[in-house]
Amino acid sequence: MSDGNPMLTAPDMEGLKPGFSEPVFEAQVAFRTVLNAMSYAGRVHALETKLDPPAPLDPAMAALALTLFDFDTPVWLDAAAADGGTPDFLRFHCGAPLVAALGEARFAVVADPSKMPPFDRFAIGEDRYPDRSATLLIQVPSLTGGPAMAWRGPGIDGATTVAIAGLPADFWAQWADNHALYPLGVDVVFAAGRALVGLPRGIQVEG
Amino acid sequence: MNAVAKKASWDEAYNFAYLDEQTKRMIRRALLKAVAIPGYQVPFGGREMPLAYGWGTGGMQVTASVIGPSDTLKVIDQGADDTTNAVSIRRFFKRVAGVATTEATEEASVIQTRHRIPEKPLKEGQVLVYQVPQPEPLRKLEPRETETRKMHGYAEYGLMHVRLYEDISRFGHIATTYSYPVMVNGRYVMSPSPIPKFDNPKMENNKAIQLFGAGREKRIYAIPPYTRVKSLDFDDHPFEVQRWPQACALCGARNSYLDEVVLDDKGGRMFVCSDTHFCADRQEKGHRGPMAADPAARAFARSSETSEQKEDDGR
Repeated sequence: MSDGNPMLTAPDMEGLKPGFSEPVFEAQVAFRTVLNAMSYAGRVHALETKLDPPAPLDPAMAALALTLFDFDTPVWLDAAAADGGTPDFLRFHCGAPLVAALGEARFAVVADPSKMPPFDRFAIGEDRYPDRSATLLIQVPSLTGGPAMAWRGPGIDGATTVAIAGLPADFWAQWADNHALYPLGVDVVFAAGRALVGLPRGIQVEG
Repeated sequence: MNAVAKKASWDEAYNFAYLDEQTKRMIRRALLKAVAIPGYQVPFGGREMPLAYGWGTGGMQVTASVIGPSDTLKVIDQGADDTTNAVSIRRFFKRVAGVATTEATEEASVIQTRHRIPEKPLKEGQVLVYQVPQPEPLRKLEPRETETRKMHGYAEYGLMHVRLYEDISRFGHIATTYSYPVMVNGRYVMSPSPIPKFDNPKMENNKAIQLFGAGREKRIYAIPPYTRVKSLDFDDHPFEVQRWPQACALCGARNSYLDEVVLDDKGGRMFVCSDTHFCADRQEKGHRGPMAADPAARAFARSSETSEQKEDDGR
């Protein structure tokens, strides 16, 4: 805007990337994929999408956002996601309020997991309402190229080996603390390219 | 439908699958939390559906939020594909979502059920949606929601064991035969909806995703695949399912859940599979029960074509 008042700054409509071309059906496909990912925890689920989202979002991450976010869901973006066209993309297509306070967020978009804040700064739910907890959407470079970990819990027949890449060194120690809070705790969906892996709070992970 | 029309064709006076997109998003978020906390009842903003509470409004909202044009839907009511509730819900989704429907358990990707789990084991990727009248297993013991919330929050389930113990002291055994409470993933006591306790063991380590919707009570809960589901019991009174001395009168099955059907006013009766597709499938494969040739019994037998046929005539 010409007067330079940041409060009046309109979104950059020129550079705004399109959302779903068929919102009803693409959201349904994305939801079924994330439902399967959270149900069959630890498995890599391919997510078919033609989205061309703003950097640094991968198509799978953007599809999750367009499927799950709206005016009811305060969203927190990490520094990597807050830089560039992502905030305008989410405000325009989802109408989601972007919040700075981690504890208020229903969803967190983490584009650079190496610098992600500790889990315990997000909402973990309440004794009587454990569903009032944050879901962290974490974009990683690869869902199969990282250190192999053994996952156990609901949704997994026995144990399964999962190798998420690009996580900070203390991630799994933090996850053990999060799992110990069960049935409280945050839930995680990992996204890379056009694929997802679900990590609900009930999953126990060992190195 | 020709090859070009890849999308579903449905009654476009409605959004696809009836619910608006914001409602679907709200229900979808509730479903994801429900799957993450197996057995915990997630409150959701239940919408009015075009049928009365008690007829499956919760299950329908879950199905509407999950289903897509490539899905195949099966709907059962007490195991039967051809009863009023099942037929009307199947026709509803045919109209508002244009999805393919089936009576074959193995062909369905989404199965909405009232009060039964199909006899045929489910596969990975299938979604079983239960219609739930009362999601709170503790409600008859404690009418206040504020209190039952706390009891779940602190895993304070002694009262439920007292109820089962009172059965034993009065009848000598646990007399609860349906809505038999289960412990899910070692944490939440959950109502399995009024399925017969015969079906309870099928919930454990099921390969399919089990979703529960209670429309009037506005609660959603879930059991992910491969999850521990234990029916509550005592060491000296272990959980047992019903057994029948009879085999199914039509297909001869000895391992299915049987309904008693009165045939005349002279005491004639038979026991038949409650799962109509399971029974018809067995009869097609040549299995015969003791009354398979009886004309009165035959009147109840049906092939899989019959109800689809009736349904098409009804439109």
